[in-house]
Amino acid sequence: MILRLLLPLLMFIALTALLFSGLGKDPKIVPSPLIGKPAPDFSLETLHQPDRQLSADSLKGEPYLLNVFASWCAACRIEHPVLEEYVRRGQIKLVGLNYKDQRADAIAWLRRFGDPYAEIAWDIDGRVGIDYGVYGAPETFVVDAAGIIRYKHVGPVTPEIMEKQILPLLQAGNSSGGQP
Amino acid sequence: MSLRIALIAIVLLLIASPARAIDPLPFADAEQEARFRMLVAELRCLQCQNQNLADSDADIAKDLRREIFDQLEAGRTDDEIVAFLVDRYGEFVRYRPPLNASTLLLWLGPGLILLLGVGGVLIHLRRRQQAAAPTAPVSATGPVDENDW
Repeated sequence: MILRLLLPLLMFIALTALLFSGLGKDPKIVPSPLIGKPAPDFSLETLHQPDRQLSADSLKGEPYLLNVFASWCAACRIEHPVLEEYVRRGQIKLVGLNYKDQRADAIAWLRRFGDPYAEIAWDIDGRVGIDYGVYGAPETFVVDAAGIIRYKHVGPVTPEIMEKQILPLLQAGNSSGGQP
Repeated sequence: MSLRIALIAIVLLLIASPARAIDPLPFADAEQEARFRMLVAELRCLQCQNQNLADSDADIAKDLRREIFDQLEAGRTDDEIVAFLVDRYGEFVRYRPPLNASTLLLWLGPGLILLLGVGGVLIHLRRRQQAAAPTAPVSATGPVDENDW
């Protein structure tokens, strides 16, 4: 008898819990299928030197952040000082993927806001972006020394994301890489 | 006069086809175009998540439409093209999720809940019948009842 009375209540509570757990989630965050997989290789002209090619393979050996940015991207300006600060402190190696941008526009943008990038690949038509599952700028990938993607962040990188997600991954990668 | 203008306006509205985000593409034949339309209709635009690639005007949707067209031209099958996008953007790009362990509840859940509900109603009805059955003969045959009123 008690069960018959409680059953609808229990079912209601279960359904509420299920629906409530979905409320806090951000539907814009789509897990990347690339995490744990090798960074897709590419061969692109560098932004600053059209006659020089940059490839994902040549970046192997130390962990780095691959940051997808463009001069037309407003949110990129928000994260730019954050990236710059961590490069200045020597805590990250930053590689840029200049996404669907005109070369002159990108160079002017970097001149205005500063250029913290060790290397910048120039993805004029966004084809390499598609290989990385990019659907807007900014996006940032953490790639370890072996060239495996460890993390992807969509939207501007904040100091909190850097401290809580990115730096721990880089440190873990360093310590495991240092052991024989 | 104004009636005629109104009539013309209505006719024009009726014959106007809704604007599509589809870029003019040089399809080889009608079959290729049909495959293209099928693919862009069932793949999601990730920037504007509640639109498919066919309807979206976002840059990434344009790029992916072009990519799909190029792959059709290159002779890739529909499954290969969908797999190409799933490998890069995840299962989320599909509007129709595939049937596998993680989506089993999604596919079978509604049917399961329907079965539970129908079963519950049937059990409830049977119980009521059983509860009603013993009392019925008493009231029908009991002479006390008849005398009461």
